[in-house]
Amino acid sequence: MIKEKKNSDPKSKDKNQAPIIEIKNLHKTFGKDNKVLQGVNLTVNKGEDLVILGRSGSGKSVTIKCIVGLINPDKGEIKVFDENILNLSKSELNKMRVKIGFLFQSAALYDSMSVRENLAFTLRAHKRDLTADEVENEVIEALENVGLSDAIDKMPAELSGGMRKRIGLARTLILKPEIILYDEPTTGLDTITSREISELILDIKHKQKTSSIIITHDMACAKLTADRIMVLKDGKIHAEGTYEELEKDEDEWVRSFFE
Amino acid sequence: MILSLKNTFAQIGNATLFASRFFKELIVPPYEAKEFLKQCYIIGYKSFPLVAITGFIMGLVLTIQSRPTLVTFGAESWLPGMVALSLIREIAPVITALICAGKISSGIGAELGSMKVTEQIDAMEVSAINPYNYLVVTRILACTLMVPILVIFADAIGLVGGYAGINIKGDVNFYRYLSQIIQSLEFSDLIPATIKTFFFGFFIGMIGCFKGFNAANGTESVGRAANSAVVTASLSIFIIDMIAVQLTDLIY
Ligand SMILES: Nc1ncnc2c1ncn2[C@@H]1O[C@H](COP(=O)(O)OP(=O)(O)OP(=O)(O)O)[C@@H](O)[C@H]1O
Ligand SMILES: [Mg+2]
Repeated sequence: MIKEKKNSDPKSKDKNQAPIIEIKNLHKTFGKDNKVLQGVNLTVNKGEDLVILGRSGSGKSVTIKCIVGLINPDKGEIKVFDENILNLSKSELNKMRVKIGFLFQSAALYDSMSVRENLAFTLRAHKRDLTADEVENEVIEALENVGLSDAIDKMPAELSGGMRKRIGLARTLILKPEIILYDEPTTGLDTITSREISELILDIKHKQKTSSIIITHDMACAKLTADRIMVLKDGKIHAEGTYEELEKDEDEWVRSFFE
Repeated sequence: MILSLKNTFAQIGNATLFASRFFKELIVPPYEAKEFLKQCYIIGYKSFPLVAITGFIMGLVLTIQSRPTLVTFGAESWLPGMVALSLIREIAPVITALICAGKISSGIGAELGSMKVTEQIDAMEVSAINPYNYLVVTRILACTLMVPILVIFADAIGLVGGYAGINIKGDVNFYRYLSQIIQSLEFSDLIPATIKTFFFGFFIGMIGCFKGFNAANGTESVGRAANSAVVTASLSIFIIDMIAVQLTDLIY
């Protein structure tokens, strides 16, 4: 049962330009019969924060990994900036990836590098002509953005979960992406830290004019950040709307997320 | 049985593809010089103590064990030459390579395996950094260059061990010992023995990287990657050695 795009979403109506991310009929099966995605359709418009909800294992991470080409879907179409990323060559895909920031569920900091090196390594890989001072300045600026400038010399193992997430975010932001894909940015953190990170996400959206997909189980985060929410179930988008709309949805299963 | 045979061949095929990618990416920039030097330090320099100890013991034990046989034939004076020959041709390269398989291959397998499992390799991929170039090329190259150096070092220490072994029973001047060795060695002994160590190094690095890079999800696969890296690398050392001996035999 897929909801029609009811009366919702004034934001997308007055946009006549193409959406930033457009996914059509995405299918992915792992192994023989682990059908994870069975026809996902979604769009993200410019400047919009889309929140994806869904039970654990429903394929949320798989969906956004398909967008950056980490997982190859079996069927479907993914357009980012109006280019079909499934048809891009390796170097074209890499150019695209620089414009897409990806925050991993596990933060995925490079364990063998300090916080400074984590950020500098990512930056230097793309701007080989920067001087050491310029790199250092950008690193410090990125860390200030997430409020962790004093962690610069720490190793990832010395950081708490919330700090890791924020450093991961700083590392993502240092390439100044136009799209950011957040995989559970607040999971496993206390309410106050979660709120700080949600506010950070809002802040980034306003300052850097990014569009994002945010995967979360944290309804407070969804309420704060979502322009629009999609709920994934059985490999398809089951419901779509604003926070207020879905909160009062007639489907009990959808409402249960909001309790 | 047939399934596992099929699996083995599939693995060999994948490993060959993986290895051929090394030569492709070796010549294309960017060159990760800093990471390469760091790996040389970790793989080469940090293995010196271990190789020194085993090298010394190899030389010592080999001498002590060989003496009785030679004494029976009244050929005790051949002892230095014989020890040097077997050390340099066979024992030092193979034992050192096996030790490197245990230390380096498993280390690389575990390191890359845990990077894979904790999505660090994916993180490089999505920030458009080529993880193969950064992680694999540097490590394979460092192994290929460092293992031969370690073997030469083990040769030298092994000869010192041999000298110690000879002097347990008997008294030979060190210069005399050296000149006996040099007399019995030919240049043609050194070349094939050295060439094969490059292959040992290449396979030690390549197999460690291959196993780590292709670790499945889940933490237990890190251990499995390290373990199967050691087993596969050790086995491949013996196979390379066998091929090398046959080839040398054909040529000389
Ligand atoms: N690389 C992979 N290989 C095989 N199966 C995978 C892979 N990645 C994900 N899966 C499977 O896909 C399904 C969905 O996984 P996914 O990580 O997308 O869930 P999720 O919605 O993000 O859940 P969570 O909220 O727990 O993160 C799971 O059944 C998982 O086993
Ligand atoms: Mg997930």
